[in-house]
Order: sequence, then C-alpha cells, then structure tokens
Amino acid sequence: MKLHDARKDLLAGAVFTGFGLAFAFTSATYEIGSPLRMGPGFFPLVLGGLLVVLGVSIAVQGFLAADGGDIGSVPWKALVLLLGAIIFFGFTVRDLGLVPALFVTVLLAGLAGRNARVIPAVVIAASLTALSVLIFVYGLQLRLDLFGPWLGG
Amino acid sequence: MGILDNLALGFETAFTPVNLLFCLIGVALGTAVGVLPGIGPTATMALLLPITFGFEPATSLIMLAGIYYGAQYGGSTTAILINLPGESSAAVTAIDGHQMAKQGRAGTALATAALGSFFAGTVATVFVALLATPLADLALNFGPAEFFSLIVLGLIASITLASGSTLKALAMIVLGLALGTVGQDLVSGSPRFTFGQRELDGGLDFVSLAVGLFGVAEILRNLEGDLTRSVMVKKVKNLWLTMADFRRVRMPVLRGTALGSALGVLPGAGHVLASFMSYSVEKKASKTPQEFGKGAIEGVAGPESANNAAAQTAFIPLLTLGLPGNAVMALLAGALLIQGIVPGPDVINNEPELFWGLIVSFWIGNLFLVMLNLPLIGLWVKMLTIPYRVLFPAIIAFAAIGTFSINRNPFDVYAIAFFAVLGYVLIKLGCEPAPLLLGFVLGPLLETYLRRTLTISQGDATVFLTRPLSATLLALAVVAFLIAVLPSVRRKREAVFEDED
Repeated sequence: MKLHDARKDLLAGAVFTGFGLAFAFTSATYEIGSPLRMGPGFFPLVLGGLLVVLGVSIAVQGFLAADGGDIGSVPWKALVLLLGAIIFFGFTVRDLGLVPALFVTVLLAGLAGRNARVIPAVVIAASLTALSVLIFVYGLQLRLDLFGPWLGG
Repeated sequence: MGILDNLALGFETAFTPVNLLFCLIGVALGTAVGVLPGIGPTATMALLLPITFGFEPATSLIMLAGIYYGAQYGGSTTAILINLPGESSAAVTAIDGHQMAKQGRAGTALATAALGSFFAGTVATVFVALLATPLADLALNFGPAEFFSLIVLGLIASITLASGSTLKALAMIVLGLALGTVGQDLVSGSPRFTFGQRELDGGLDFVSLAVGLFGVAEILRNLEGDLTRSVMVKKVKNLWLTMADFRRVRMPVLRGTALGSALGVLPGAGHVLASFMSYSVEKKASKTPQEFGKGAIEGVAGPESANNAAAQTAFIPLLTLGLPGNAVMALLAGALLIQGIVPGPDVINNEPELFWGLIVSFWIGNLFLVMLNLPLIGLWVKMLTIPYRVLFPAIIAFAAIGTFSINRNPFDVYAIAFFAVLGYVLIKLGCEPAPLLLGFVLGPLLETYLRRTLTISQGDATVFLTRPLSATLLALAVVAFLIAVLPSVRRKREAVFEDED
C-alpha cells in the first residue's frame, strides 16, 4: 500500500522533475557562458537542475513517509467547461465581438456548477454580459468591439 | 524633511477626490470579497489589476491595497455570523465570535472586531510611517550582491511561516523563478522558452498567472464540493459595546496590536500567525480561560486587532526594501512594475507622493471601513445570500475581459487556462500557490542582481560571502531554512495551521 499512500508526493515530485528537465534541456541549447559573462542559458539551467533535485527529493520523502493523503475527487465536467469557456473567449473575442463571445463564455461557465440547469444559466449569462458591457465598455471606457467582423460589426 | 512634512504630502495626495473615491471603492470591494467565502483578496486584486493600468500609480496602489486590508474586516463578519472564515486570518475569530452570535451578541462581536481593527490599523499605520524612512535608508547602501541575498532571504523566509511541506514550497518558488525567465533575456535580448511564439517575447503575463493560479484554480477547488451556506443571523442589533465590554477588550486590543504589528513585518503568513498567537496569549492572560471557546469577547478583540495590524505592517518590506512577503504584496509589486516603478528603497525618495499618499490612505481606508462595517452591516449580510453559481461565472467573465483588455492579445487569455490547470494540479498535490507567484515576480530581479554582482566581481562568487551585509542576509536565510525544516518547529507550525482548515 506504500505506493498508493505516497501517490500525491510522487506525482508532485514528477511534475517538478518534469518541469526541471524541460527547463534544463531547453536552456542547454542556449548560450551558457561563464559566471563572469553569463549567457541567457545560465540562470535557467541552474534553476532547472535545482527543480530536478527538489522534485526527486519530494518523491523520495513521500515514498519514505507515505502519508500523502487522498487526492480526492476531480470535477471533470467543471474543468472541461471552465477551460473551454476561457479558451473560447480568447479565440473569438476579436472576431465575434465582446457580446456574443462573453455570453457563450459565461454560459459555459455557468453550466459547470453542480446541478446546473440550462435556463438559470442562460439568465445568469445574459445578465452578466449586460453588466460587463456596462462596467467595462461604458464605465471604464475599454475599447472593445461589441460585435466583431464575423457578425458584420 | 521631518515625518510631519511627509505626512502632509501624503494627506495632499490621498485627499484628492479621485484617490478618496478609489480608496472607498477598494475597501468596499475588499469587505465584499472578505465577506464572501470562495473568493479572496488575492484573486480580486489579480482580477482588477488590468483595470488599474490606466490609473495614476498612487490611485492604483491605494485601491489595490484597500482591497487587501478591507478583506480583513469583511472576513471577520462571515466568521462571526456563519462560522466560516471568509479570509484565512479570520479563522480564529470564528471560535468565540460565532459563539457570541449564537448567544445573541453578534452586534457586540462585530463592533468589537471593527473597532479593534480600526485602532490596530491606525497604530500600525503610524508604525509603518516611522519605520519606513530608516529602513529605506539602510537599503540605499545595498549593492547588487546585497539585493540578491535579500531576495534569497525573503523567498526562504516566506516559506518558514507558511503551512505545508517545506520541500514543496521550495520547489514552487524555483518553478516560479523558472517561469519568470520565459521571454527575452534582459541582457542579450535573445528569446528563451518561447517556442518561436512572438507573443511570448515579453514573458508570461503576470496577470494571467495570478488570475489562473488564484482565481480560476480556486473555483475548480470550490466546485469539488457543495458550497451552500446559511446565514444564522438575519438582523444584527446592538452594534455597540457596553462600558463593561469596553473595559474587557482594552488590554486584548493593545496586546493584539503590538503582536500583529511585529509579526506582520515577517514574510509569509504573518497575519494568520499573529491572530493565532494573539488568541493563545489572551487565553493565557485571562482570569477566566474557561470562557474561551464559549463566547469570550477577548477572543475576538485580540486576534482581530492582531490580524489588522499585521495586514498594515506587511507593507513595510515591500515599500522599503522592494521585497514582497506574500502573494498580495507580490501582486502590488507587479502593479508597481507595470506602472514602470521598480519596488525598492528608491520609491520613498523618487515617488514621495505615491509612498506617503499610500500610507495616509491606509488610515483613511480604515476609517471608511468602520463606517462601512458598522452602520451598513446589513448590506454585507445580504451579500452572503448571493449564490456561488452566480459568483463564479462572474469571476470568469471579469478574468477573461480584464486580461484580454491589457494587450488585446488572445494568448494572455489562453495563459489563464494554462495556469489554472497548473495551479489546480499543484494545489491538489499539496502545494501552496503563493510561493510560485513570489518566485515569478522576483525571478527577473534575482537574475539581474546575480549577473550584475558577478560582472562587478569578475566572476568571483565568494563576493556574496565576503561582503558583510550580504553574508549576514544569507546567514539569516540559512537560519530561516533550518527553522523551516527543524522537526520541533514543524510540529508546532502544523498544530497552529491545523485549526485553520
């Protein structure tokens, strides 16, 4: 059961080690230089190495202590919907314009909640879109197109 | 040249209509997010950061700072009324404050919290004003080697007082430092880790990182469970203290203020620690310790004063040394950097209006907060009825619009999603996100000072140990690290933070 109990720390160690390796290997392709004349690769290479050491230590410590605890549930639906909502906004805000992009974004986000129902989510999305336009476009005078080129705006 | 002239300049800056208005908006927003569980001051400040870009630096800082200390007031309201700390430092207040509410003394508890906080905030602001100039003068003698060592000390010290695994916190700092290197190298101008994407040349966007890490990742955390709450007290009466109450809270408020002012200066979770320590001090000092946990007014007065004093003195390291001690201060450092001001000892001399205006605004903000939190308490209680299913889509909307509006760059919006996933995974695996943000903000400075020092010293790294000030700072960093990993300290620390969860 040791492996199971240490899963949290092993995973955390793996994440840090992975990032460390990625940073270290990529920086190795840049000019390293010497301590006197450091190249762009020097500092990130050191950090990458440090991250690998820390990641491995976390994994080892977790394996020895084995009291990492349960990871718990992951709200997959919410994860997909929220990320989808954010990416949709970035992808469409320039071409669709603020109003339609934001409406869909907030609608997707609204559906991410537990026991979310469609009609309340639509109402929330419509009100929040109106509120945001009032605050950001009229209140704070941000120059955002309400309707974009795809809609002939 | 004296402190009075400085304060006069501060009053001049803080009392302009615009700054007064944004101070009020800041503390009102702070109270709101402090009251509402599920969104904290860090996320709010990150969300509002883009909006402040068009402001004067002083106005921007005054509002953002107001959100932070305003949240300390709001957090106690939720703690007292529904036994759920809206903000981590209010966890202690919930112990006796909620018992008082159950006994029908919610009004007294709220008044104690607000007045204690106001007194503490006022005293701590004076403390900041007095300590700022000498500390900044000291730091003016710093060369790049000292600044490097100071940042190392700050980063290590910030994890000494944090909860959770020291190794993980260290790894989060290093990951933050590494993410901070993305973009053009400051010396040679050659791009690093950009994968040929021109959008990344300027580095990962600070706002995207903060919003993803603290805003969206937190929503995902909250959606794991059911976030329903019930307000026990619908109407709050008797918002004042009797003479007898007043005599009982006098000493706890004074002790809490002193404790909070001192601990707040330390990097890390100084204000959380301050309120916990104040609670145990009051329990020890009390003639009737058996009342604690059953609605002792001292158990509200002490910790509330302590956490508000600490929220004020936490600004000292950032304002005088340029060293942010926690996530909130890192956000303020980011706000300054975006305005083109490098946080550090020069700010007090080069931007006196900003510096003293901000300090005076603390006091004005605390005054606003007493007015907002006592007569208008009903409004905040009503806010508790806003369901989370309305709140979190609003956070997403604000995050998306705000981040996009900075550079009109869709890439920054995608970055939110990236950091949200990264943050959520890491939080799930037991890593606190704050050290990552600290590392990210301080990374470019750390690298610059390191390279500058070594260029001056002809590549001789021992210079960090042969310059006395730098060596002292590094020695302190080693001490802080040892304290963090010593088993006896670890156990005590965990005991303190356990109550928090």
